[in-house]
Amino acid sequence: MAKPRVYKTEAIVLKRSNLGEADKILVIYTPNLGKIRAVAKGVRRSKSKLGGNVETLIHSSMMLAQGRNLDIITQSQTIDSFLPLRSDLWRTSCALYTAELVDRFTEEHIENYPVYRLLLDTIKNIIEEEDVNRLLRHFEIRLLGYLGYKPELKTCIHCKKALEPVENYFSASGGGTLCPACRLAEPAVRPLSLNALKVMRLLQQSSYQQASRVKLNEGLSKELEAIMRSYITYILEREVKSVQFLDELRRPQNYQS
Amino acid sequence: MLNFQSTPEPISRLIEEFNKLPGIGPKSAARLTYYLLRMPEGDARALAEAVLAVKENVMLCSVCQNITVADPCSICNNTQRDHSITCIVEEPLDILAIERTRKYSGVYHVLHGVISPADGIGPDDLKIKELLTRIQNDDVKEIILATNPNLEGEATAMYIQRLIAPLGIRVTRLARGLPAGGDLEYADEITLTRALEGRQEF
Repeated sequence: MAKPRVYKTEAIVLKRSNLGEADKILVIYTPNLGKIRAVAKGVRRSKSKLGGNVETLIHSSMMLAQGRNLDIITQSQTIDSFLPLRSDLWRTSCALYTAELVDRFTEEHIENYPVYRLLLDTIKNIIEEEDVNRLLRHFEIRLLGYLGYKPELKTCIHCKKALEPVENYFSASGGGTLCPACRLAEPAVRPLSLNALKVMRLLQQSSYQQASRVKLNEGLSKELEAIMRSYITYILEREVKSVQFLDELRRPQNYQS
Repeated sequence: MLNFQSTPEPISRLIEEFNKLPGIGPKSAARLTYYLLRMPEGDARALAEAVLAVKENVMLCSVCQNITVADPCSICNNTQRDHSITCIVEEPLDILAIERTRKYSGVYHVLHGVISPADGIGPDDLKIKELLTRIQNDDVKEIILATNPNLEGEATAMYIQRLIAPLGIRVTRLARGLPAGGDLEYADEITLTRALEGRQEF
């Protein structure tokens, strides 16, 4: 269906970059139109009425007009600015990480409502969540599922047999688990403890409300993070940039998460 | 791209150089080049020298990291100014904006950027280390965080605040509120919330 000349949509602002003297290019994620790159004119002037309504990580209702190249944001009314998030450096960075993942994994103009919902719910949850790491793992594994990269966690990807309750292996290149007998079938496999496997299955299958009942100790949390990071880096074929800053914040001399 | 085959080499070279500048496409580059061609030689020479002088004589002030022709810069060198207050800004242009107010008599520190995790710009890419050594050595009583009031600016401000907090120096942030001449109706909720929080006795 052709887009009308002016259209209205909800959107989450993933990213902004400067354009010309006072404009910005926004990357926004919408429920029915997927990812859109659009221009917000004059927003860097302090008197711009658009200004704070097109800030990064804002949930807002926007009016856009089709432009020759990029669409132009003509109005924006904030629905939720996630204000408590903005006064916490660690949580802001985590939310930026989720936004970067969505930006990297999606193409423009491809609708994916579950991804939109997941992103919105996750950002809302980050504000109050005790264990943000667990929330991020849930976000990652669900996002991958919605985008067609759902990791196989039930059977061995090589021999197709159901996994035994022992230490198994995870292969980023194969996109799933390997049983101990087949662990040489793929290059660069990582050991996957039974507990980690169980948590991954739980995160993959359930809503965050259900998944948040499981408590992760530090070791398990680190193991899951390392596995998901290797898988994500493998699919994207590049590092996720905001991860560096998350690591930086976690260094003890700076700030305890 | 333009076809340069019929243009003499020095001309096409200058066109290409202009083309690298922001906001200048191949057409404008060609127009500028042909304008320069008709310019008196003195003017053209002055332009060329000005371009070179910018690169040769301008450096970063070793104290505040502002761009300057003399090190330390005129602001850091000025004994009339209050060296116990340091205002942290993102870009050299921000200093000009604050200087225009004529209300600030302290010194500055330029970060030359802002923490932006999504672009891979971290604290190490900014002049934060220089800031820390500076405030540890000098007698600084107050740090004013004057980064832009957007997500990246706030993140940078919070990050620096966290680094400085243990040193026992007073850290302040520029007030965030309504712009003069603006309209309340168009103010976004972040700005209005901050304006309400930061309201003052009238």
